[in-house]
Amino acid sequence: MHQLSAADLAQRLSSGEVTSVEATQASLDRIAAVDDRINAFLHVDAEGALAAAADVDARRAAGESLAALAGVPIAVKDVLTTIGQPTTCGSRMLEGWVPPYDSTVVAKLRAAGLPIVGKTNMDEFAMGSSTEHSAYGPTRNPWDTSRIPGGSGGGSAAAVAAQQVPLAIGTDTGGSIRQPGAMTGTVGVKPTYGGVSRYGLVAMASSLDQAGPVTRTVLDAALLHEVIAGHDPRDSTSIDAPVPAVVEAARRGDVAGLRIGVVRELHGSAEFGGGFQPGVRQRFDEVVELLTGAGADVVEVSCPSFVHGIAAYYLVMPSEVSSNLAKFDAMRYGLRVGPEGVPAPSAEQVMAASRDAGFGDEVKRRIILGTYALSSGYYDAYYGSAQKVRTLIARDFAAAFEDVDVLVSPTAPTTAWPLGEKLDDPLAMYLADVATIPANLAGVPGISVPAGLVDGLPVGIQFLAPALADDRLYNAGAALERLVGTTTLEEIA
Amino acid sequence: MSERSLVPFDTAIERYDPVLGLEVHVELNTATKMFCGCPTEFGADPNTQVCPVCLGLPGALPVVNAKAVEAAVRIGLALNCSIAERCRFARKNYFYPDMPKNFQTSQYDEPIAFDGFVDVEVEGTDGQPVTVRIEIERAHMEEDTGKSLHVGGSTGRIQGADHSLLDYNRAGIPLIEIVTKTIEVEPALAPLVARAYVAQLRELMVALDVSDARMDQGSLRADVNLSLKPTGSTTLGTRSETKNVNSFRSVERAVRYEVTRHAALLDAGERVVQETRHFHESDGTTSAGREKSDADDYRYFPEPDLAPVAPDPAWVEELRGTLPEAPELRRRRLQGEWGFSDLEMRDTLGAGALDLVAATIDAGVAPQSARKWWLGELARRANDTGTDLAALPITPAQVANVQALIDAGRINDKLARQVFDGVLAGEGTAEEVVAARGLEVVSDDGALGDAVDRAIEANPDVAQKIRDGKLQAAGALIGAVMKEMRGQADAGRVRELILERLG
Ligand SMILES: [Zn+2]
Repeated sequence: MHQLSAADLAQRLSSGEVTSVEATQASLDRIAAVDDRINAFLHVDAEGALAAAADVDARRAAGESLAALAGVPIAVKDVLTTIGQPTTCGSRMLEGWVPPYDSTVVAKLRAAGLPIVGKTNMDEFAMGSSTEHSAYGPTRNPWDTSRIPGGSGGGSAAAVAAQQVPLAIGTDTGGSIRQPGAMTGTVGVKPTYGGVSRYGLVAMASSLDQAGPVTRTVLDAALLHEVIAGHDPRDSTSIDAPVPAVVEAARRGDVAGLRIGVVRELHGSAEFGGGFQPGVRQRFDEVVELLTGAGADVVEVSCPSFVHGIAAYYLVMPSEVSSNLAKFDAMRYGLRVGPEGVPAPSAEQVMAASRDAGFGDEVKRRIILGTYALSSGYYDAYYGSAQKVRTLIARDFAAAFEDVDVLVSPTAPTTAWPLGEKLDDPLAMYLADVATIPANLAGVPGISVPAGLVDGLPVGIQFLAPALADDRLYNAGAALERLVGTTTLEEIA
Repeated sequence: MSERSLVPFDTAIERYDPVLGLEVHVELNTATKMFCGCPTEFGADPNTQVCPVCLGLPGALPVVNAKAVEAAVRIGLALNCSIAERCRFARKNYFYPDMPKNFQTSQYDEPIAFDGFVDVEVEGTDGQPVTVRIEIERAHMEEDTGKSLHVGGSTGRIQGADHSLLDYNRAGIPLIEIVTKTIEVEPALAPLVARAYVAQLRELMVALDVSDARMDQGSLRADVNLSLKPTGSTTLGTRSETKNVNSFRSVERAVRYEVTRHAALLDAGERVVQETRHFHESDGTTSAGREKSDADDYRYFPEPDLAPVAPDPAWVEELRGTLPEAPELRRRRLQGEWGFSDLEMRDTLGAGALDLVAATIDAGVAPQSARKWWLGELARRANDTGTDLAALPITPAQVANVQALIDAGRINDKLARQVFDGVLAGEGTAEEVVAARGLEVVSDDGALGDAVDRAIEANPDVAQKIRDGKLQAAGALIGAVMKEMRGQADAGRVRELILERLG
């Protein structure tokens, strides 16, 4: 049962062929069987999930009309608050912290009747591209457990790839849904900024963060997208507009006549620094040919400001990080340690000691970077300039979308790399997000769709669309999925 | 620095020109906080008016209180400011335990209101009224912090405390900070101008009904920035910032004290330290707080969790139509209606009693009586306790009740003072105090008659004079009766009874 897509499972639940309790138990059994090799989960809530499943089953038996995905088990990245389950953000700082409130995304999942089986592993406070920066040990890629699953949402991606759950929620600040999707052969969607409420999403970079679906099929992603999207009065950056018709688009999956732009700056040509794995470039070219063959009108477009994306991202994001993470000061919640050898420490000393003990190196690195970038005298040169680059990137997107309906690129420059390979080289790690970052900086939506394997490892293709046109992603993604098939894991390696 | 070395104010201003700047924080009276739905009521049990947002719990997000924006726009308009068509919030980053997020959501380079003015009136050195225009640089929205209570130290400050308690009820209460441009006035008037400005802001906030504006409860707080420069110089001196001065009188005293302190330092060739200072009500002095320097870096940046605020110009104009009468126009109108002299009006304003007197008159008291109570008896008590009139635990309605008892002949002015004692001590309404303390004047003829008879018997010479037609001598007998009745006799009736017997 654990191999079923969410749509298939929902069908069987609806026909009475299986119950939600059975489906949820199957998910819990699979987690118990394989997660010691994957470490996708930081917390499993069998009791809560089974209770939610039993509730859905009872309501179904009583003839209540239920949401499309009611009864389908799901996992949630440990950066979204959940009543009754810890929310650690992969950090020592929040070890054991159980929030008193549900994030809006989680509240919507509960309202739609999806049993939440657990919370998934992640780079600490979503900072990383490999899930190695989790304080609770790395998550491993089910396709090759000696390799990383991508990050920061490696837990959600690995859990879905390893068929522990059919659905998961990730969050994407610079690629943390899409890049792990590419690494694990899963579908990952970053919706339009403001399309999904950030209330209860523990912020890394408020102006970039966005929660979205992690699934094995494009249709499943669309079904989940519909559950979690929509205006939320508790998030003032949430968009008050109808949710795009994503499910309909995912069922359509037709690129005939669709204008698709290949972004010159995003497919690793030597002109733009190279660095893309040859197999990835080759697979991308094959995909472009397939799309053309299916009737798409593929042209090359240039987005010249994209090459400054990583630089701008590594100013904006750490700046916001330095402020967003200031609240972790040991005063109200979270880890509290006293400074060594100080008998009656001041509040300031306790704050400093707790932050030193609670945060890992990557988090500290970004706090320091951001503190520096916002300093008086440097603000204009760093934060100010980076904001200007954001504007330029947004203009590049706008100009490109005058001529094409969607943009396409490889999701990531490489396939999954061995654990530890880039751990001591932050700059190499940051480059993993070169193709995904522009969408976050401009607030536009993106999807990563699996496109088969290179040397036994999954490759992802990214489509990008204008803000509020998320449906175009699902149409293009579903079309590609039909052309190349889903990338299904046979056995954890 | 010892008291002895201070330079007297009058001497100081012969050599130096004071330069003032005032920052006033106004706590809005919205039902809910700036960025969440928590109630704002004053005095609730600690940490009972909090939620994930105002506690800064991970994941929580702020949403701007539309009522607070409306109040900010109305304040800006009343201060003759321009209103921003689009403005953003900014984060002011610094660590302090009473600030849940370790940044304050405020406004930095995009205030909602800017470039305004208010005109205040003070008494000039020649006794004539002088109008001074105070330029307003900006009025911006921000959230208040929580409160720290430092336990165990002698000073109530963090230094030397055993531990500190934190109350986040105040965290997130909407504030408007109103900042003046530098104020340079005739040196001798600086303290009065500062006081009059704060008094006028308070009057304005009450008239707008946007704040309780109680300085004693901290819902209106003034920071006094002051520097001196040699007379005639254009180079600004180093300033001190005296924080949270909590009465009009203290504002005036703080300016006066800082002038004398700065002058002494400058005379001695010493440096004025740029620092915050605390004002001490007890002796009118200030003491050093935190040293400020250019190293203070709040790393302001636009608040990414909040959409920009963009007040619709049509709505702003609509709000302009709801503004109350401008204070100076209102003052002129009231003075005419009440028949107050210029001096009476100025004293009323100077005491911060305008609204109190107005409310008392509205409650049915004659203007001169209302003025007499607030500027006489009650002002004396406020002075004794070092508070503002508005902070006295008595309302205009209660004053009107006292006056009504006088008008009904049930108490006299002298007894009224005791009634005020009771009301201020929290013994209840005027009526209850009269009953509980037995203050009602005696007009019962039986009791009064006996007292009159005793007075006549004890003062035969006086009685004889009255019988001889010298009616003014009755005063002595009335006095004797009043003394016997401990003031609680109806003097008019006593006089009648005396004349009945001796006339
Ligand atoms: Zn609150």
